[in-house]
Amino acid sequence: MSGSLTFDSSSAAFFGGVRSAFMSVFFLVLAGTYVGLGALAHDFGLSIVWLTLSTLLVWAAPAQVILISGIGTGAALIEVALAITLSAIRLFPMVVALLPLVRTRDTRLGDLILPTHFTSVSMWVESLRLLPVLAPERRAAFCNGLSVGYMSAAIGFGFVGFYLAAGLPPLLAATLLFLTPLSFLISTARNARMMMDRLALGFGLVLGALLTMLHVDFDLMWAGIGGGTLAYVIHRAREAAT
Amino acid sequence: MSAALSDLWPYLILVTVGFLPNEIWRVLGLVLARGLNEDSQVVMWSRAVATATLAGVIAKLLLFSSGSLAAIPLGVRLAAAAIGFVAFLLAKRSVFAGVAIGEVVLLAGGYLFAN
Repeated sequence: MSGSLTFDSSSAAFFGGVRSAFMSVFFLVLAGTYVGLGALAHDFGLSIVWLTLSTLLVWAAPAQVILISGIGTGAALIEVALAITLSAIRLFPMVVALLPLVRTRDTRLGDLILPTHFTSVSMWVESLRLLPVLAPERRAAFCNGLSVGYMSAAIGFGFVGFYLAAGLPPLLAATLLFLTPLSFLISTARNARMMMDRLALGFGLVLGALLTMLHVDFDLMWAGIGGGTLAYVIHRAREAAT
Repeated sequence: MSAALSDLWPYLILVTVGFLPNEIWRVLGLVLARGLNEDSQVVMWSRAVATATLAGVIAKLLLFSSGSLAAIPLGVRLAAAAIGFVAFLLAKRSVFAGVAIGEVVLLAGGYLFAN
């Protein structure tokens, strides 16, 4: 596996990233998600140009769902903005954990703007898995290629959903929606090689379920900070003990 | 409202209500991650928090599904996720195998037990 990920140039690394995107399970996940989003945008009277631009600019499916249904149902814009910013908090620790992997001694700030904007669950999960085996100077290009691959898939399947709209039988629509939690669960488990990652996954599942059931405000933020910190503290204690 | 403005209105909302409130967290991450290396404790902790947040999102999507998925009984959704996960472990940690089996279970369960 690591042998096939050696690149002679940045453009080779970029296209290697595009190829990885098309071969990963997230390609199917994005296909399912964005067929659904395309149908939603169509039903709420937004244009395909608007949908495509929202994928390019927002690049986060949960936020796009909130935005499209918010506009469509005429919700108060300040409430929509608040819901989106709460859903986006997860992007902050993801960027903090990702950029040190992408950066080398010679990387300029400008080179990090694209990987920062491209950060999303699919790209983050795959980057944390694949980047460590790449030469550091190829990682940014690979990461950008991976993201461009995912984004193209999302835009393309957004078109499919937009023009197919409403033709989906409910059971098939449910199957498409189920792709997101199922693939997030399994691919996060695959990436969890360290005990800390496994603990964070387990604590986050339990806390996320509990806090949501108890209708605690900002449930996801507390599940993340609480579960993540607990996993980190246990990891540190085990390290100190050995 | 003039015709030109009402055409532009959805795009204005896209930028102000969709793009900016979402992008701010990425930009904050970029600012904070400057000068940190991948082994630093802040980065390790961030990884744990990001993983746990993602796990919280998964739990929420499974328990409180929306749209057509909400019509599939909770027991079927949880069983499909659990069986998909076990299939992933049995199939030498293949994500494709886990997702495929989980989806088949959901489809079958949804067909048999639809609300």
